[in-house]
Amino acid sequence: MAEMDTSSSGGGKKKHGVTKSKKLSTRVDMTPMVDLGFLLITFFMLTTTMSKPKTMDLIMPKDTEKEEEQNKVKESTALTILLGKKDQVYYYAGLAQDPNASSNPDFFKATTFANTGGIRDIIIQKRDEVARLRNHKGEPEDVVVIIKADDGATYENFVDLLDEMAINRIQRYATVDISDQDKQWIKATETSNGIQ
Amino acid sequence: MPKVKMPRKSTLIDMTAMCDVAFLLLTFFMLATKFKPDEPVAVVTPSSINTQLLPDADVILLTVDKDGRVFFSMDGQPKRKQLIEDLNTNFKLGLEEKEIKSFMIGSSVGTDFKNLKQVLNLTADQRKNGNVEKGIPMDSTNNELAIWIEYARAAQGNNNKLKYCIKADNETPYPVIKRVLDTFKEKKIQKLNLVTNLESKPAGSAAALYEEQQQDKH
Repeated sequence: MAEMDTSSSGGGKKKHGVTKSKKLSTRVDMTPMVDLGFLLITFFMLTTTMSKPKTMDLIMPKDTEKEEEQNKVKESTALTILLGKKDQVYYYAGLAQDPNASSNPDFFKATTFANTGGIRDIIIQKRDEVARLRNHKGEPEDVVVIIKADDGATYENFVDLLDEMAINRIQRYATVDISDQDKQWIKATETSNGIQ
Repeated sequence: MPKVKMPRKSTLIDMTAMCDVAFLLLTFFMLATKFKPDEPVAVVTPSSINTQLLPDADVILLTVDKDGRVFFSMDGQPKRKQLIEDLNTNFKLGLEEKEIKSFMIGSSVGTDFKNLKQVLNLTADQRKNGNVEKGIPMDSTNNELAIWIEYARAAQGNNNKLKYCIKADNETPYPVIKRVLDTFKEKKIQKLNLVTNLESKPAGSAAALYEEQQQDKH
């Protein structure tokens, strides 16, 4: 089975004067067929595994009017992150409920999505800082990230930031509507940083 | 001394077995591959570290392209048929058998109710190149997206496993996404899924460390 029967190749030789009709081999050369088969396999393998989209859970908070149902966020555990245009990220500590907060020039800062020295480092720094604080029960506090996106932000920025929450395992975060005050700060920072 | 003649072995190999395996694999991959229907829009999704797969069934998928046009699609031909028939009777769209069938076997639609009949009469190529679909309107006065979601949910039989997925382009402006999210919020749907591509977890990050811990436990 494994080899071609080479000895039978001389089957048409005259022997004892009798003409024997040539016996044709029934074997077919399968090389081209195998080639084609593997080519198609490669094609289907590449097309199947390539596009399998993943999903990310996003749980939106319920809108509640009642004061007592709303969760209060402490100023000391909050980090507000704003998404601006041109992939810029702005952040400040706390919720900026204090109207004099912006008087400090270091209050409102800009950064990017860079892997090092970007928003990730800021989140990690704040998370570790807050983890050292203790609540009234003596347990470590959790950082709460407030995400606000400006009109110039793209969907990519939004997903990237949600992804940062997953990467740094931040359990508590919320997307909130941007305030006019935040918009003004973004605008002022854009002008001073020369972002069109 | 006469030379010992070595018998010459043939170099040909029997390929039957190899051929069998090749075609077995070929059959498997051909059956396992699912070609998706031709989408009227091309969308480049952002990437995230999430590994949860997008399910094939029980999905309502909203596609948002980079110009902010919203397209609706859903799985399951019988359910799609039910949906379009409900919409047809309740909003007097005037669709006929042919257009209903076109919706049933097609992919996403992204047009207002007024032009739905016209759009469903076009071929997939015409829809892709003609730029006739302007997206489903979702203004507060004329929120057709909310109607689509409501009827789709009914057509899915209020299935608990039903997932609401949003597939948007990297370049999609955030206000559009916010409108879509707000529409879901108005419909009291809080749990959504965003479609993303997979990217690896950055080394040394909390998520990567957590994964290692989980693996050590097992």
